[in-house]
Order: sequence, then C-alpha cells, then structure tokens
Amino acid sequence: MLRARVLENKLSSLYKAGKIVGGVYLGRGQEAVSACLGAALIRGKDVFAPLIRDQAGRDAFGESMLDCTRTYLGSSLGPMRGRDGNIHRGRPTEGMPAMISHLGAQVSVVTGMLFAKRQKGELAGVVGATCLGDGATSTGAFHEGLNLAAMEGLPLVLVVANNQFAYSTPTSRQFACRDLVEKARGYGVAGHVVDGTDLLACASVIGTAVKRAREGGGPQLIVAHLLRLSGHGEHDDGSYVPDTLKAGHYGRDCLDVAKEQLVETGAATAEEIQAWQEETAEEVQRAVAQAQQEPTPDPFTEDWRALSTRFA
Amino acid sequence: MSVTYIDAIREAQAKLLREDPRVFLYGQDIATFGGAFKATKGLAEEFPGRVYDAPISEDAMIGLAVGAAIEGMRPIIEMQFADFSSVAFNQLVNQAATHFYRTGVPVPLTVRLPSGGTPGSGPFHSQSMESIYAHYPGLIVLTPATVSDAYHMLLDGVALDDPVIYCEHKFLYRWLKAKSINGDYLPIGQARIARPGKHATVVAYSAMVHEAIRAAERLHEEGSWEIEVVDLRSVKPLDIDTVLASVARTGRLLAVGEAFPWGGVTAEVVARVAAEGFHLLDAPPMRLNARDTPVPYHPKLWAAHRPTPESIAVAIRQLLSF
Repeated sequence: MLRARVLENKLSSLYKAGKIVGGVYLGRGQEAVSACLGAALIRGKDVFAPLIRDQAGRDAFGESMLDCTRTYLGSSLGPMRGRDGNIHRGRPTEGMPAMISHLGAQVSVVTGMLFAKRQKGELAGVVGATCLGDGATSTGAFHEGLNLAAMEGLPLVLVVANNQFAYSTPTSRQFACRDLVEKARGYGVAGHVVDGTDLLACASVIGTAVKRAREGGGPQLIVAHLLRLSGHGEHDDGSYVPDTLKAGHYGRDCLDVAKEQLVETGAATAEEIQAWQEETAEEVQRAVAQAQQEPTPDPFTEDWRALSTRFA
Repeated sequence: MSVTYIDAIREAQAKLLREDPRVFLYGQDIATFGGAFKATKGLAEEFPGRVYDAPISEDAMIGLAVGAAIEGMRPIIEMQFADFSSVAFNQLVNQAATHFYRTGVPVPLTVRLPSGGTPGSGPFHSQSMESIYAHYPGLIVLTPATVSDAYHMLLDGVALDDPVIYCEHKFLYRWLKAKSINGDYLPIGQARIARPGKHATVVAYSAMVHEAIRAAERLHEEGSWEIEVVDLRSVKPLDIDTVLASVARTGRLLAVGEAFPWGGVTAEVVARVAAEGFHLLDAPPMRLNARDTPVPYHPKLWAAHRPTPESIAVAIRQLLSF
C-alpha cells in the first residue's frame, strides 16, 4: 500500500504538470483494502479484476509498475499500446481482466472466467475477485453478476469499498439500506464488514473471506467502510466532502494507521518503513523515466482493425 | 426427408458440442425445456454439463461469455429474443466488441439472436438488431437466409476468434425447409447471388431474401423482368464487391431490410454503392425497410409494417421506370 501511495503521488504530480493525457484516478484511502485483497490472491492461479482505485491491489497481485506507468504515459510498449489508458489496463490471459468504465460490468466477467475454469476442471482451490465502490452497487450489472455467481456457486470475492461518495454523490442518494452488507443475505452469499482504514482488520477479514471462497464456501461479499481521500479523479478537488467526515473516524489515513500497526506489532521499524518509501520512490522514478523514453503509438503504423479475424 | 432452418441451428450446435470441448450453451430455458423455440431440444440430455439454463440476466450472460472466452472456451449464448439483447447491450458493445482491440486478447463468443417479426409478436418480440450491432467495431454480424447457411454459418461463426452476433430469423424457423442441411457453401464474408438477373439488383439478407425472390418472380411473370437478388449472408463483414459486381451488370439497386428505416444495413449498402460505384448506376439507388414505428402486434398492421413481396415489387417497378 505504501508502494501504491508513492506511485500515485507521482502520477498526481505528472498529471498536474500536464504530462498525462486523460484522467488520473487514485486509490488514496483505499490502499489497505485493496492491498489486502491483492495479497490474498495467487498470481498465475486466481483471477483479479481491479477497479479504478486498486493500484495497491494490482501491485500486491504482482502487476509490474511499468504496466502502470506505460499505460498512463502512453507508451506503445505497455499492455494497452495507447489504445486504452490509465486504470483500464489489464492482462486478461494472466488472470487480470481489463476493466471497462461501466461499473459492475466486471462482476459477471470474473464469474465467467471462474465458470470456464470449472468447465475445464481447473477450479479447485481457485478464487476470482473484483472490486466495486458504493455507487456500483446501484447498477443492474452488479445485481445480475452477483446473483449469477451465487446461483452458479462460484468462488467470487466481491469487495465493495464504501468510500461514501460516487464521484460527488453521497450514499444517501445511492441506497436506502442500513449497510450494503445487508445485500449479501438477499443474494444468498456470505457477507463481511470491515473497517477499511484498519490494515490488520482488512488483512484478517479479507483473508478469511478469500480462504472461505477458496475452500468452496461460495461467493463472498465484503463491504469495507472508509472515506475517499482524494477527488474522484485528479481533476476533482472533492470539495463537496464535508469537513466533519474528513475529521471523523473514516477520515483517518489508512497508511498512517498501517505504519503505527507495523511498528506496534514489531513487524517493521519506522526506519525500515522510511527506507521502503525511499526505495519505492526510486523505483517509481525509474518506471516513469523508462515509460517516458519509450515510443508512443503511431497512427500511421497502427493496425486500425478491431477484429482478430482476417477475412480473405 | 426435409430439414428446417431451426433443425439446422440445432444440428450445428449438436455437432459443435460433439466435436469441440470448448463449446457450451448458456441461455434462458434452453436446458431441459430445449429453448423457447426448441433450438436446443435434447441437447442437455445428450451433452450433460454443457447446456445451462440462465437466470433472466442478459447482461450477466454476456459478461459470463466474455469471461469464459478469455479463458479459452467457445460459449454460445441464446438470447430468448433478439429484442432482449438490448439488456446486454453494454457487455456486447463495450466489453466484447472492444476487447481484442484494447487488450490483444480475442473473445470468441457467439450470441444467437432469434430475430425478426412473426404475426402477433408485437413490439418486443419482433426486432431486427443487426444494424445496431454492425455499427460497432469488433463484432461480426451474420444473417443466414437459408437452411444450409443457418448450419454452416453457425459452425463457421463459432470457429471465428471474434464475437459473433448470429441473427436467426424466427419466421424461417419452421417455414423454411431444404432437402439437405449441406447445401451450397460459401465462407463468411461472401455474399451469394440468390437469383441471377440483369435488369435490377435487389440486395437483401435473412428473411427478406425470400420476400425479394418472390417479388422478382412476380416481375418475371408480369413483364419478363430479370431481377437479380443478392443475399448478403453476413452484414458485417459486408461483401460490397459482390454487390458492386451485380450493380455493374444491372445498373439499378434496391436494398431491402426488415429493420427500422433510419440508418442501418440498407443505408450502408446504398452509401457504399453510391460512393464506390456511382458510375455504375442508371437510376437513383433505393432502400426499402420496415416503417418508422415500433413493430405492431396485429397481423394486419404487422404485414403492412415490414417489406413484403408486394411492396418490394412496387419499389422495383419504380426503380425500373426511372
């Protein structure tokens, strides 16, 4: 999560310097949730479909930092080759589908990947995970996808980061239930709630949910409560978020909490954390510099065909 | 023994299930019940674990197919009616259609759309969606008009690595019969001369091919007119070369489609011929489509809503009189 924060701070600077075309969407405040999910998954075996605030999860799942910088900076050597940008990147054949902007749409895609693994006899011990925000729970795609996964009994882990705002819309204009986890019962899936600002709680709750899905417990819906600590994108200052929320419990920075927890539990010293941060900053600099030096897509040599089929 | 259009669709799916372990079928009421039109009758029993009833979740059905295709499967999704695919529009045009261009990973899935009007079916069980899907880069749109094409184009479509929208016409299901499932064969992307002629070209696809041939027969009876009918077979890719070659012979073009009149396949055909073969035309190119209203329920209204042999013949006479 520290790595994601350092990288995203750099992306934000690049955006503000006009070095990035298109939007920049940060996961600030959601790193603990996302990282714990990515860390609980096994690259090369599981499926992970990140959404827009999952840099930490991508990193923990094993996505290379270059995939990120190349996509944001438009390198033609990145996985999207200038054809799509920012957080829409993925490597579908390596278990990381590339999201589309339409929220909830990845729920059924991950379900389909799990369904295929079952057809092929390769599902044992596998889970598929995807992330959503509170706003995405209002979509038909969320409903259809989760219901389908539940009906099929597939090991889907759905993490909803209730960051209290969908772009600028507060949850009071999004849903009427007391807590989004109440929806789990309606779909017949296991529900979990966690304080998304608490790294150790996230590691425990998300780890447990992933383990249950892996062991045949069916779909798991995890609702993490937190506050988005940035605008929707870096074009947005998030001025509509009331100060009372920022000053409240969920307004605390999960990264600060995590640092305290690591020091308190003896997992790391403050000096070690500082060293990690400096190492990461150097790694980020290298990944940015490399992507900036690489060729950008060329409209004259671009293959302007949307089909893989070559008709005679 | 004769074989119907829907038999051909069933047999193609049976062959695919038999020969390709990557294929599975997913759709509403298609397992034990055999589908609303019986296109999958008996397949669930014959191929256990390969034919699944879906919940009424068109969006998630296509999302599932995209995911399965990423994993190397060849899903065939049955929409109960083409009309209901509008619920899956996002997954079709934004997820499936963009996937190869964006990621370099093709998603070979086939969506069967029971399309077109039948008497009494009304606004929500009669639609022709081929123009909508053909508009989007990344989709292949097939519109078989014959029993043999229904069979071979489904086999060939599933073999393609790209998402395929297979528009099967409900009116042809049981009405259209052939002696054998193995008739003339052409690869996907090639149009067919359904009836040779020299005075005018009528371009049609799906059920309208048969209506165009009837109209051509009438004109032959009443005036020895020889009207050429071109069956597009697939509307995307569009075999404009065969159309232009026909117009070069006849000098006249009428494009007929059952879909709504604003834009669409017939407009594309006319635009392409006007742009690429203007010098071939002896008369302004014409289009004939359904009327610009929802598809009406009552058989009398429905029969006057879609192109018919009578209305096609009227249009051809106008074309010939120019």
